[in-house]
Amino acid sequence: MQNKTERQKEQILRMSGVNPLKCMRCGKCSGTCPSYDEMEYHPHQFVYMVETGDIEPLLKSESIYKCLSCFACVDRCPRGVEPAKLVEAVRILAIREKGGNHMTANDIPALSDADADLPQQALVSAMRKYSK
Amino acid sequence: MKVSYFPGCTLRTKAKDLDRYARRSAEALGVELCEIEDWQCCGGVFVSAKDEIATKLSSVRALADAKAHGQPLVTVCSACHNVIKQTNHAMQTDPDFAAKVNRYMAQDKNPGEPYGGETEVIHYLELLRDKVGFDKIKAAVKNPLTGKKIAAYYGCMLLRPGKVMAFDDPENPSLMEDFIRALGAEPVIYPARNECCGGYVVLEDPESAEKKSRTVATSAESHGAEMIVTACPLCRYNLVKNGSSLPVVYFTELLAEALGVKEDSNAE
Repeated sequence: MQNKTERQKEQILRMSGVNPLKCMRCGKCSGTCPSYDEMEYHPHQFVYMVETGDIEPLLKSESIYKCLSCFACVDRCPRGVEPAKLVEAVRILAIREKGGNHMTANDIPALSDADADLPQQALVSAMRKYSK
Repeated sequence: MKVSYFPGCTLRTKAKDLDRYARRSAEALGVELCEIEDWQCCGGVFVSAKDEIATKLSSVRALADAKAHGQPLVTVCSACHNVIKQTNHAMQTDPDFAAKVNRYMAQDKNPGEPYGGETEVIHYLELLRDKVGFDKIKAAVKNPLTGKKIAAYYGCMLLRPGKVMAFDDPENPSLMEDFIRALGAEPVIYPARNECCGGYVVLEDPESAEKKSRTVATSAESHGAEMIVTACPLCRYNLVKNGSSLPVVYFTELLAEALGVKEDSNAE
């Protein structure tokens, strides 16, 4: 029987469609990441840590909420690894857990009251990224 | 020319100008925007996980509606465009995903035939470049924006992922600069024009979004721009909120101004 980490790794690879073994460790993904400074684990570390099954620290890290989904790492990777898709898969695994939502509909009234100019787009995007 | 039109949630609320000027300009250029009946919000961001089905149904419903009308689907907001185009690509290239989506779609009240990615998804800027043509726009300009130095801000969602969006060269785009030239103004090329503004992270980490927006605004300012144009309400919000010293204007407003249709002749 598979252990929990192996199951999580398999699920992340299946959801993302990423093959981390294509990575040649050049670091360009992290070099081009606009959220590098805000992340505890950087895009290249997501690739390596998923590959080696070191997934628990990623699931617990705030880094999964710092990715902008700007796809700079995806377009600029010379090997087509697509690290952002791994970050997304790890985040979805975290928020699909019971009680794992990083944001809920209850948070919305306060956010929209605080700023009359806030576009709906920000709210729907954040809900889709942070909530299940 | 008739096309299906998907306005999106924010164009009905905080970004009415983006929508209003898109409609007036299209009319002036002889394009009929047929708004999709009962369109639903695209969700703002494409969820790349392959096992996420329900989050993509609103896009597929819009795509299937355009297919039923035999029209291309036109978007204006960068986010709607990104989500709908990526969903369409997944419908074309991932048979397992498409089969699951179509099983959901069959549960709709009036299910149509299965959808397989047949609709052509084009952004309004692509409509101007590829269907109308910048030459025709240039000829239709009544108030050329002569001498105005304008920085085109693409951000991330129009361009990436480059292979799917196929909008322009993602690292050295020229569509918006050509658009600016067609209106008689002078485009300003600056390094951060295809970098992210911080997007939805403004709710999670406002300081992070501020840093990204500042980088973009400073880059445009230091290269001599007098104005920034964008297609995205969230980019505009982030840039304005974080103190861009330059006005940040929707590209459709600029177009309507140049075409001389900014003021509506019919009372609203």
